[in-house]
Amino acid sequence: MQKIIKIIILFFFLFIIGIFYLGLTKDTNYSTSSLINKDTPEFKIISFDDSNFYTRDDLKKNNYTLINFWASWCAPCKIEHPILMKLSQKKKLMLLGINFKDKNLQAKTFLSDLGNPYDLLAKDKNGKQSVKFGIYGIPESILINKDLIIIKKFVGPLSVDDYNNIIKIIE
Amino acid sequence: MKLNLLLLLFIVFSKFSLAAEKNVDPNLIHKNLRCLVCQGQSISDSNSDFAQTIKLVVKDLIDEGKTEDEIYEFMSDKYGDWIVFKPQFNIQNSLLWILPYIALIFGGFFIFSFLKKRQ
Repeated sequence: MQKIIKIIILFFFLFIIGIFYLGLTKDTNYSTSSLINKDTPEFKIISFDDSNFYTRDDLKKNNYTLINFWASWCAPCKIEHPILMKLSQKKKLMLLGINFKDKNLQAKTFLSDLGNPYDLLAKDKNGKQSVKFGIYGIPESILINKDLIIIKKFVGPLSVDDYNNIIKIIE
Repeated sequence: MKLNLLLLLFIVFSKFSLAAEKNVDPNLIHKNLRCLVCQGQSISDSNSDFAQTIKLVVKDLIDEGKTEDEIYEFMSDKYGDWIVFKPQFNIQNSLLWILPYIALIFGGFFIFSFLKKRQ
């Protein structure tokens, strides 16, 4: 009986240490890893000029698509803009820009000042479409392939490393 | 006559229970969803942009006829289990759910054997 109690106490202490170890080493930041290799969600988003709607089918036209969520009021979006402009020159990559909770006039000014890198431009006035893509702040970008599988998700402004990563994937 | 009365009661009760099932409380769902851009706040407590959007999406999902569990599943699918304060049972967190019962059984066994030995 004494032996069993000792084993139970030992097991209990090991368990407590294990829980502390897992708890202290676990990254509690929001991770996007669960979305990788998943299918692109069904969506129907209105174009920026209100002329038509874009759906999943529009993303099948190119080998790769980068969906970029941006807004004119978002300072980090300005930082990543030169990278988007460079990416727009790649023929294998289509850029779908989703203007997030923004005013039309300000968004237009943003693009006329800094350039328009997008092949397709849509808008999400109330942010509801963005939830389908697991967006919680902008800028965020999602790289998908022709089979509409999410290859990579970038939270925050695209960096030079991200640019190189995208180029490596698409070429 | 009795059979008819029973049948009537059954229909009325079924209708009430179905209505109760369909009645999803958005506030309860907001309280069980974590605001990802806030410090330890739920969607219900937060007025952030993210919380406002999630509230709109929850309303839409309720209008579409989704149940409470289906809404949690949708949110977990998009943002991971971290968004739900009370995670759904799955293999990764099975220990979290099962361990208290195991501890209870072991504790009960321990107390029982201790008391038996003293007697």
